[in-house]
Amino acid sequence: MTTPLVAIRSVSKSFGEFQALGNVSLDVWPGEVVCLIGASGSGKTTLLRCINQLAAIDAGGIWLDGELLGFREQGGRLHRLTERQIRRQRLKTGMVFQRFNLFPHKTALDNITEGPLQVQGRKFDEVRAEALELLRRVGLSAKADSYPAQLSGGQQQRVAIARALAMKPMLMLFDEPTSALDPELVGEVLAVMKELARSGMTMMVVTHELGFAREVADRVVYMDQGAIVEQGRASDVLGAPREQRTRAFLSAVI
Amino acid sequence: MKPAPALAEGFPDLSGMRIAREPHWFRWLSAALIVLVLAAIVRAFAGGQIEWSYVSRFLTAKVILEGIVNTMVMAVLAMALGIILGIVVAVMRLSPNPVLKTVAAGYTWLFRGTPLILQLLLWFNLALVFPTIGIPGLWSARAVDVMTPFLAALLGLGINQGAYTSEVMRAGMLSVDIGQYEAAQAIGMGRLRALRRIVLPQAMRVAIPPLGNEFIGMVKATSLASVIQYPELLHNAENIYYANSRVIELLIVAGLWYLLVVSVLTPLQMLLERRFARGTLRLAR
Ligand SMILES: Nc1ncnc2c1ncn2[C@@H]1O[C@H](COP(=O)(O)OP(=O)(O)OP(=O)(O)O)[C@@H](O)[C@H]1O
Ligand SMILES: [Mg+2]
Repeated sequence: MTTPLVAIRSVSKSFGEFQALGNVSLDVWPGEVVCLIGASGSGKTTLLRCINQLAAIDAGGIWLDGELLGFREQGGRLHRLTERQIRRQRLKTGMVFQRFNLFPHKTALDNITEGPLQVQGRKFDEVRAEALELLRRVGLSAKADSYPAQLSGGQQQRVAIARALAMKPMLMLFDEPTSALDPELVGEVLAVMKELARSGMTMMVVTHELGFAREVADRVVYMDQGAIVEQGRASDVLGAPREQRTRAFLSAVI
Repeated sequence: MKPAPALAEGFPDLSGMRIAREPHWFRWLSAALIVLVLAAIVRAFAGGQIEWSYVSRFLTAKVILEGIVNTMVMAVLAMALGIILGIVVAVMRLSPNPVLKTVAAGYTWLFRGTPLILQLLLWFNLALVFPTIGIPGLWSARAVDVMTPFLAALLGLGINQGAYTSEVMRAGMLSVDIGQYEAAQAIGMGRLRALRRIVLPQAMRVAIPPLGNEFIGMVKATSLASVIQYPELLHNAENIYYANSRVIELLIVAGLWYLLVVSVLTPLQMLLERRFARGTLRLAR
């Protein structure tokens, strides 16, 4: 019997009056690649941000690796965790942002080693060797000493992926990793992600690259207005959607 | 391949033709006028009631040199205090905690809202309010002994500077993209570490030109400390002319020194700017 790596149960999240997530439940199994698709404003980013606790949920619960996120249950009540405990939980996830968010004052290599050195307090030599290996893995060995401004968008995003991987997360979250890229640079980033998926990493990917979803995703989840409308195998959801809203969305994007 | 269509007639070939130099009559005229005015001013001063020999004699007098050293020591220390306070207050203002926010806003309001010379006088005369100061039971001293001109000037200038610097630092931090902070959080950094490692180095790039400005202001603001007997440049120059009545000559000496110091500071600022511009496109090769 395995348990899901991520278990999302009846999660709701509002910004003021506006409900961005309403009663969302979802399991993500170890080694699985789940692609989240849906129209702009449907809550995909919000869901990822709740999982790595950049945003706090209003109701429901998210379990990662069997551990309730953000709260501790005691005496029939939920108590908010301290900042420190939340940071420890956050280390289990890696996040890749739409706009890369590399640190512009640090080289590619320093971007990658920053977390392991500063946060995890690991040894320099070991961290550096791992970072160089990660750069090789994303095809950027030659760019270790380049600053982000000297890299193309696709290269920056690959460094950002390496930076997230350097923390050795059990779950990788990708928020539209290719949508800020020129079309000819999309492929190189998707190739890195495919390799990562093959290596067995559990991934949740918000994307508009339906080709990538079809090829790599074990499951595709379609969201609309803060709720999961339909999910299933990529070929089913993308090829033969059951729901009217999914069909409308797919015919609009293709 | 189709041949290129023939070009229309009537447009002569201009390649190889030189572009004539513009005469710039007005620039020459205005420059000449300014030179004339400057010459008149120099002539007036040269023939005026100024003993230039006094200027050159006192330019390197021991008391004047001590004054310039004291001025620089005070400017550097007070600016350092101001930057430290400024960063702390800016961080407080940007924190989600309403108590910290209010305290920070109150500090800026109070110290920006009153004249610097008044604050200096208040610090210097603190003994009138609290004859003895100290930690009850541990240590106490007479305020007149503790509040020397040096300490009063440092506190007055530094704390006042902190109020201005906090706004410069706040502007710098606001200029850093929120995504930087989120990326720092995503690799497990806490608020303070993200601030120190990620946000502040980027904020400094924006903050350094205005901070250079503030430091130049500080060098000159130290002259206000002459009213509380701190022996900086202007104070020492005044002491000399009280004795020998060469008022204008000594004011010129002080003025020349201030000009020299400020002129040296500008290239220093450029070096600092380059240091913090790491990774920006302007340096990218
Ligand atoms: N910090 C916030 N404050 C207020 N409203 C927000 C905030 N973040 C998101 N929202 C709102 O929540 C809704 C869901 O946003 P979210 O970013 O999750 O959508 P998305 O599915 O990622 O869309 P996109 O494809 O455009 O990225 C949107 O309507 C958005 O306006
Ligand atoms: Mg989004």
